[in-house]
This record gives sequence, C-alpha cells and structure tokens, in this order.
Amino acid sequence: MQATPSEWIGSDWQQAARERRRANLRIASMDDLALDIRNVTKTFVKTPAKRDQKGRWMPLLKGGQRTLARVVDSVSLQVRRGETVGVLGQNGSGKSTLIRLVSTLLLPDEGSISVFGHDVVREANRVKRMLNRVSVEASFFKKLSAAENLLYSARLYGLDVREAHRRALEILTSIGFDAAKMDSSVEQLSRGQQQKVAIARAFLSSPMLLLMDEPTTGLDPKSKRDVQAFVKQLREEHDTTILLTTHDMAEAEELCDRVAVLHRGKVVALGTPAELKEAHRRNGETPSLEDVFLAITGKRIADDAQPEETDEE
Amino acid sequence: MQGILTEGKATYAFIERQFILLKRYWLWEAVWIVYSMCVTLAMGFLAKGMPALTGAHIDVQRATIFLLVGSLLWGYMAGLFWDISNVVSWERWEGTIEYTFMAPISRATHIVGICLFSIIYGVLRTAAMLALVAVIFHLDLSRANIPGALMILAASSFSFMGLGTVTAILPLVSPEKGAQLTGILEGVLMMVSGVYYQVSVLPPWMQMLSRLSPATYTLQGMRDSLLNGASTADLLPSTLTLLLMGAVLVPLGLRVFAWGEVHCKRTGKLKRSG
Repeated sequence: MQATPSEWIGSDWQQAARERRRANLRIASMDDLALDIRNVTKTFVKTPAKRDQKGRWMPLLKGGQRTLARVVDSVSLQVRRGETVGVLGQNGSGKSTLIRLVSTLLLPDEGSISVFGHDVVREANRVKRMLNRVSVEASFFKKLSAAENLLYSARLYGLDVREAHRRALEILTSIGFDAAKMDSSVEQLSRGQQQKVAIARAFLSSPMLLLMDEPTTGLDPKSKRDVQAFVKQLREEHDTTILLTTHDMAEAEELCDRVAVLHRGKVVALGTPAELKEAHRRNGETPSLEDVFLAITGKRIADDAQPEETDEE
Repeated sequence: MQGILTEGKATYAFIERQFILLKRYWLWEAVWIVYSMCVTLAMGFLAKGMPALTGAHIDVQRATIFLLVGSLLWGYMAGLFWDISNVVSWERWEGTIEYTFMAPISRATHIVGICLFSIIYGVLRTAAMLALVAVIFHLDLSRANIPGALMILAASSFSFMGLGTVTAILPLVSPEKGAQLTGILEGVLMMVSGVYYQVSVLPPWMQMLSRLSPATYTLQGMRDSLLNGASTADLLPSTLTLLLMGAVLVPLGLRVFAWGEVHCKRTGKLKRSG
C-alpha cells in the first residue's frame, strides 16, 4: 500500500530513497540542466531618506548620495532536472531577488540565466511557460474566490477551465484544503489556506521548474506540514525541478537534494546537506545545518538583516 | 493557431476578471455612477437655466444636448482612460502584478483585455445614462444620426486605448506619484478638448493643444451626429482622424509600456505596493 505524504516524513526507507535519489541526480548528464545561473549580478539603487528622523523634509543637498546595493553578486548555480535545490539565507541575503531574476520579473545586470536551455531575457515567453512560482505573500485578488482566482490563472496559461477546476480540487484536497472553501473569497481564508491555493495555482500550469520563495514562512504548524508533504510528493511522483528558498534548516534538510547558502548576495557554500555537514565536522562531531550556516556566514539564519530590494522613486 | 487560442483565452480572462471585480466592488461603482449621473444632470440643468442667467434667448434644447453629450462622453472616456491607465496600479494594490507579468501572454493581450472590458462596460453604462437623461430632459433626438455617433465612439476607443496605455506607464515607473500625474493629464485633456464648450473659445495656444487630443474629434463628431444629424459621410473626416490617431497611439502606447516594463524589471519596481 502506498504511504500517504504525512507517513513519508521521518521514515527510514525515506532516508534511503533520498540518498539513492541524490546519487542518481549526481550522475545525471549536464545536458539535463533545468536551471543554469551563470555569474549573475543584480544591483539596486538605494535612495537616501527624503525626511529626517523627526519627519522633516531634508534639503536636497543634505539628502545624501544615492548608493548602490549589490543584492545578488556573481551567483552561479546549476540545477539538474528533477532536483530540489534549497537556497538558505538571512532576510536580505538576495534569495527573493534570485527567484525574481529566474522568474523573468527582474533583469540581471550581468551574467545569464537559462531555464531548460532558454534564456530568461531573450526567450522570456518560452521560459514563462515552463515555470511557476509560489511566493511568501499569497498574492491574489482578495475579493475573488479561490476558485475564481485559480480559473483566472488557468485561462492566462491557456488551460481548459473544466480540467483546471478538476485539477485544482485534486491538488487542494491533497494538501488538506477544505474543498467547501473554494467559493469563499480569498480575504476570508487563513494565511495557510491562501498559501495552499497559491501552491495549487502554481502547479495548475504543470511547471517544469517550480520556484518556491519561502512557501512555509508564517504558516501554522499543520499548514506547514501539509505544504512540506506536498513538496515531497512532487519530488517523488513528478519530474518537477524545484528551487526553494527557506529560513527553515529542518525544511531544507528534509526537502532538498542540495543546499546553497547565500550570504550578502553570494553563494558561499553548495552541496548536499550531508556534504556540508561533513565539511564542517569538528572533533568527530557532526554539526547541524544551523551550525554549518553559522560557521560559514558568522551569523544565525534568524538574525535580522536588511531588506534586499530597494529602488529609486 | 494554438498561440492565438491561448491569447484569446487570456483576453477573455481579463474581461471576466474585471466584471467579477466590478460585482465585488459594487459600492465603489455605485458611487462612481451616482457621481457621474449628478454631474451630467447638473450640466443639463445648467443649460435649462441659461436663458434666466443670461437674459438672452437661446436654443435650450440644443444647449442641453451639447452639454449632456460632453458630460456623458467625458464620463465614458474618463472611465476608459482610468481603467487602462490604472491597469498597473490596481494590480499592484491587489498584489497580483507579478503573477500577471509572469503569465506567458503578450502585453498587448493584457492591455486589450482590459480595454475591451472597459469599452463594453462603458458603452452599457453610457447608454443607460443617456436613456435616463433623455427621459428627464425630454430630449429630442429625432434628427440624431445614432449609427454615426456609434461609429465615432468606436473609432475614438482606439485612440483612448493608445493614450491610456501611454499613461499607464506613469504608475508603472513611479508607484507613488504616477497615478496623480495621470489625473493631471486627464484634467488637461478635459480642458483643451471642448467637453463643455467649443474649442474656439480657448486661447490660440490651447487650441493648438486641442488639435492633438482625440477627445476633441470625438466630441465634435458626436455633437455633429446627435445635434445636427450629420450623415455618416459627413462624419468620415472625424472618424478617419480618430482612426489615424489610434493607429499611431496604440503601437506607441504598447512600445512605451514595453519600455516601462523593462525599466521596472531593471529597477525592481514591480514589487512595490505603495
């Protein structure tokens, strides 16, 4: 009998399956690259405050100089087809900017990104057909129902509406969403329920590359487990490649074949969780991923950092 | 073929989405309709009061239709202009703009979808208001060339789609000030296009500006057809001018919007919700 997603978590055979899967991914040919990020840099202009600390307008000359913030700095990362790669980093480390660069919402200043061999700048429309994204904010028309939002999205992707409705129900039910709430307006749904609808929206278009930007941040424990179980199900049963950013070390370890540590816009470490831990073994003791992160960056992942995106106005 | 079908479905998605939003935000719409209705009725009463105000003998029926056409048409054009120029700021406010921009559809499909909704809804709303004011003011439209007026309205829609698309770049490039700038442009258009008066009363430099506004030709064509019963052949110069303006403004609008989109993707402004 097939195990349910919740039964997979924590089982021994799952650990063995994960190791087998990681070994298989390692020997896959480089032609199987789903995502190829090469020396990508993204810089934003930081505008100085127009008011002082007391809220008074600052004279133009006292307003300070505009500065440049290099949010993503010469990042290279290759993700193979079917692989789940986690990007770990503090707030402001460049994770969301990296996801936006891949999802064609930002243009890189330097370097190139290709998705299944297609350049995200020159062949943006082809790339858009291959990917979808779940962001930390659910991002829906709040007055529209979950079903209306999903069908709108399905139409934008040229999908058959009836088939899309059936699939949406299937996906939502599998992640513990109460189907009776399909017709409730999104603003009436909890944060966890909204995030489940966001996952259904992303998966409706059958993306070959799924970008998940902190999909479980701010969710209640039950919703978090449901979402994590769904991601695991995707990995096991589908050929979907996943790039997932997270703050959650346990989540990264559980869900990701490899993990990249992003610090101040740079990839400072990359490997399987086991490899990263092995590389930072001290006195015969295996460190936790959190310890590895601390050793590499000098900071804990939950420490506050600067917001990563600024723009001029 | 598949591509055309996908773009067609996406166009319908925008129209359907806008109608659902209209239903859900019905109170806002009711406020807008009541306000527009009050302005239109005020213009009608202004015309009726003119003989007493000026002491001169004027054709009240003609003055009433003149002002009502201006008011109704401006309501239609302002609605169309508003819907298109706020296509970005609305979605930014809702938080969906990144998802719309990630969808594998052309920007023209996105904008045309919004425009079609606005045209369909605007025509229905304006027709209902015209019927109401016709009853209240006992308008005599027996000489009017209604098909000619509809022809002018259809031709003008392209120009306003183009102009609205050009201005949609303002909220795209400047999330905080773009919407206000759109309002200024709308006000200038109203002033120079002869919504409530003939453009001949404007100073010469404003008359120069009025020649660049598609609203000028629309109002002129509509008044000719509804007031003077101008034949369809008589309306051809205004119609062709509007079509020509549309042929320039629509591609220009799409080009400018594409430039704005690239600018946003360079500077990270799609994300902003303020």
